[in-house]
Amino acid sequence: MSVLPEFRVLAPRSVAAAIAAGRQRATRFVAGGTDLMANLRHGIGAPATLIDLRGIRALRGIVVGPRGLSLGAAVTLAELAGHARVAKDYPALAQAAAAVGGPAHREAGTVGGNLCLDTRCVFYNRGDWWREANGHCLKYQGDTCHVAPTGRRCHAAFSGDLAPALLVHGAEVEIAGPDGQRRMPLGELYAEDGAAHLRLATGEFLVRVLLPPAPWPAAYAKARARGAIDFPLAGVAVALRVGAHGVAGLRVALTGTNARPFLLAGTEALLGARVDAGWCAELGKLVQKQVSPMRTTLLAAQYRRRAASALVERLAVTLADATAASARDGHEMVRQAK
Amino acid sequence: MQPDRHAPPSSLSRARTRAFRLNGRAHAALVADHVLLLDYLREGLGLTGTKRGCDGGECGACTVLIDGRPRLACLTRAGECAGHQVETIEGLADGGRMSPLQRAFHERLGTQCGYCTPGMIMAAEGLLRRNPDPDEAAIRAALAGNICRCTGYVKIIEAVQSAAGSAR
Repeated sequence: MSVLPEFRVLAPRSVAAAIAAGRQRATRFVAGGTDLMANLRHGIGAPATLIDLRGIRALRGIVVGPRGLSLGAAVTLAELAGHARVAKDYPALAQAAAAVGGPAHREAGTVGGNLCLDTRCVFYNRGDWWREANGHCLKYQGDTCHVAPTGRRCHAAFSGDLAPALLVHGAEVEIAGPDGQRRMPLGELYAEDGAAHLRLATGEFLVRVLLPPAPWPAAYAKARARGAIDFPLAGVAVALRVGAHGVAGLRVALTGTNARPFLLAGTEALLGARVDAGWCAELGKLVQKQVSPMRTTLLAAQYRRRAASALVERLAVTLADATAASARDGHEMVRQAK
Repeated sequence: MQPDRHAPPSSLSRARTRAFRLNGRAHAALVADHVLLLDYLREGLGLTGTKRGCDGGECGACTVLIDGRPRLACLTRAGECAGHQVETIEGLADGGRMSPLQRAFHERLGTQCGYCTPGMIMAAEGLLRRNPDPDEAAIRAALAGNICRCTGYVKIIEAVQSAAGSAR
């Protein structure tokens, strides 16, 4: 009756039990399964065992407190998008969660799943007959990247929405595995290789995501082919702090354009200036230099490059305007109080 | 019924019994771990109201409610439903009477070929239970994952508005 390859499912109730289950051969961790089930249906991967992590208490719950935000890897995207305190203190994160797929994907999909999403490409996300007819590809079962046939690495793009919104807030991830637990900056979870973009050892899985307190004002936006429901052609998060002497802090992170989500380098050159047309043009240039969209989507790579820089500039202006407006309101309230 | 591409069955595919509620009734499903809810409903139970569209989470035709929330049966394993409430389009009519949403889709011409309709209605049903008086933006957001290739969505949105209005 099944269109899926045969597998069995284990549902451990503790981190230790999940680690033990992960020692078996050919296992895959799963939570909502919105990415994995579609891939298995396409004949991509044939795990003997799926380990469903959602029953583990340590992976659940959203805690916002004086020490920042702690987010369980099994928290659903719908939970995150609808969390009032997250929407107030970390709006970019709520916006990114709300921008994933459609409502039914967000009910199933999780924080950990979105961060560990497989990379995507028009030559990869296809049925097995299609891929076989095309001689497979470098990412799976083949040896040529059809996007860059002379190259030696896979250019499939990372397409998770949450990662950039977490990166601009300096997120860390807690990882559990056979060698114990470790904690590292989220950016270090990823590598610029579409066929091996996650730096997780066999048997390792995400437990929690941790964000420091006092986040800078930030926002997330994405360009996509289907406005109602789609992966990002380019997704951007911007965190911007403006002080009396201009831009005091700027972090930009991107998704959908490279094999990994990443923080834009060199933003410190833009500090201490006003957010004006010239400043935006410099920021846009910085984005265009560092993104490397390839022909992994149906839309042209150059469109994604431009969309990424346009979205970054737009968000920066919106955030700067909002800061200026709230400063004016603040002065107004002080005047009225006097 | 599609042939199982991975026959013959081995110890891995041994079916297990899982208890859940299906359209309000207690149900014991004898089903293997790798069977999707969509296949179980349509081929195991003959509940063909839940439609197979894209079969990859892109069209919303297979939308059902699990614990009152919209889920895609093509991306959900049947085994995941153990201990939960599953509702399909077949569960909406009551004693031969259409539910308010079904009636509204009929009366407001929210249905043309009808293929997307069960998914549309289940997504809308999930919305109206959470928010009995949604504005147009909320309706559009709740139906964002459901594709219709016949209508321009106008009549579908009017049907949901009408059902919400008649419940007031």
